[in-house]
Amino acid sequence: MTTEILHEHAQPKREFVTPSANALIRCEALEKWYGSVHALTGIDFHAEPGEIVGLVGDNGAGKSTLIKILSGAEQQTSGRIFFDGKEVRLTSPKVAMHLGIETIYQYTAMVPQMSIARNMFIGREPLTGFRIGGIGLMDQRAMVEHATRSMTNIDLTRRSPNTTVEELSGGQRQAVAIARAMYFKSKLLILDEPTNHLSVKETNKVLDYVASLKEQGIGSIFISHNLHHIYPIADRIVAMARGAKIADIRKTDTSIDDMTDMIV
Amino acid sequence: MNSIAKALLSRPEISALVMLILVIIGFSLYAPQFLTYANMRVTFFAFPELGIVVLGVGILMIAGEFDLSVGSVFALSPLVMVIAVGRWGFDPFVAIAIGFLVALFVGYLNGWITLQFSIPSFVTTLGMMFMVRSVAVVLSGGFPPPFPVDFPIGIFVADLGLFRASMLWFAGFAVVLAVMLHFSNLGNWIYATGGQPQAASDMGINTRRVKLFCFMLCSFLAGFAGMVTTFRLKSALPALGEGVELQAIAAAVIGGTSLMGGIGSVIGFIVGTGLIRVIDNGLVMARIDANWFKFAIGALTILAVILNMWVRRRARAMH
Repeated sequence: MTTEILHEHAQPKREFVTPSANALIRCEALEKWYGSVHALTGIDFHAEPGEIVGLVGDNGAGKSTLIKILSGAEQQTSGRIFFDGKEVRLTSPKVAMHLGIETIYQYTAMVPQMSIARNMFIGREPLTGFRIGGIGLMDQRAMVEHATRSMTNIDLTRRSPNTTVEELSGGQRQAVAIARAMYFKSKLLILDEPTNHLSVKETNKVLDYVASLKEQGIGSIFISHNLHHIYPIADRIVAMARGAKIADIRKTDTSIDDMTDMIV
Repeated sequence: MNSIAKALLSRPEISALVMLILVIIGFSLYAPQFLTYANMRVTFFAFPELGIVVLGVGILMIAGEFDLSVGSVFALSPLVMVIAVGRWGFDPFVAIAIGFLVALFVGYLNGWITLQFSIPSFVTTLGMMFMVRSVAVVLSGGFPPPFPVDFPIGIFVADLGLFRASMLWFAGFAVVLAVMLHFSNLGNWIYATGGQPQAASDMGINTRRVKLFCFMLCSFLAGFAGMVTTFRLKSALPALGEGVELQAIAAAVIGGTSLMGGIGSVIGFIVGTGLIRVIDNGLVMARIDANWFKFAIGALTILAVILNMWVRRRARAMH
């Protein structure tokens, strides 16, 4: 027990990386209770524009809870969230997406039976003029056109945008999800274990896409229970355990061995 | 060539259409009376009454839910309408509106109970099937109430020669719903909700509202079809529409609708309904014991699902 506590405090709180003045997203003292379970115990978290933050921790550490709050799927019990310098209330995924926070889940937020073009625009379909209460005809030509262009970005040129997603491999699906986020000009991309169930080759490809987002100034939060997956591309590693942050350290200030020691 | 084959294979309603054409050719060879004007009239009279129900049931299935209560709504909705005029003295048009409200209310209940308690709609609507039928029988006292003469029957079932006005209503519903399902953003939400509910809600779609809408649409159309039948028979039978729910699901499935949600098309609903109606009529015309009808529909349903599974796997394998 004592050793565990020692390990958890391997990095003293005062050494945690602090957010800059123009942080992309910044959370203060986020707390989440599920009934009597304290899933998040007042966590500070941030990501800078163009920064890749690796979020690691065991199952039950609170990673998913934090991500659900940031993607709008759930709301914090207390604490504040600032996005682009303004305080925001992420009451639904739609609100978060509208701000520019896009989440890519391990199962991919794709509908297998639907075409790539239709998948790209689920819930955000471009409409042609006439509409009643938000319901109208989809601009299918624009959808196919934009999908085709986005697919070029991810080297999916040999596929038609009318292909159903179920015909794509796991890695290709994640690529389409990333392309979708890029198309909608997301500012922050949350990737929840996106490389689970993927082959090594496909994992590397997905990591490449994420790294390329950096050049466009898009911030990413990359969640994984495998430090080795995210270490190569992360700028900063945040480790969680039992609903608290136990490390927040720049990659340049540490090594993968030190990191492993710290969180395991 | 390969891509054409693939496009055809990935559309399950195509195989149903081929089957429909084969069945029509078969019956017309076997029973010379089959393709006559008089017989086509008979088939076209019966077609929309099932077809309108199938539109609703099929769209609800695409959204990932079932409705087994449509047969009971098919009876209750027109029954209340008739009683509203005969017993309660309402204006016929108001009575029609009341009939629709009854259907919409049952649909709302189906959806609300299913979503609120997260139970399978199969169970909710099975229960509702019994409850609604019971209300219809109790309300009528077991006998059809007197049918008032002042209903605007012509609007729904006027004889137009080859078909009745009900066919035009069916065509209207089919076109509007096809546009909604295949070309509107609402249609995209319905497919997404049925195909992968988690993905749909993660992308910001209110899947509850989408499903509730589909439940109410389905029930409304069942009520409408029941009214059409009632106007044609000029009698509101409390036992009307028994078994319609299973025929409607069979029609949707034969037309390529997936039982898992996310797959289906209005063309498929029409072809599926057509197959059921043609087989029903063709057996009679071919002087085959009409009791084989249910056997044929049953076999066709099983065959359609097996075929669609196989075809889909083939289409996926073709890159």
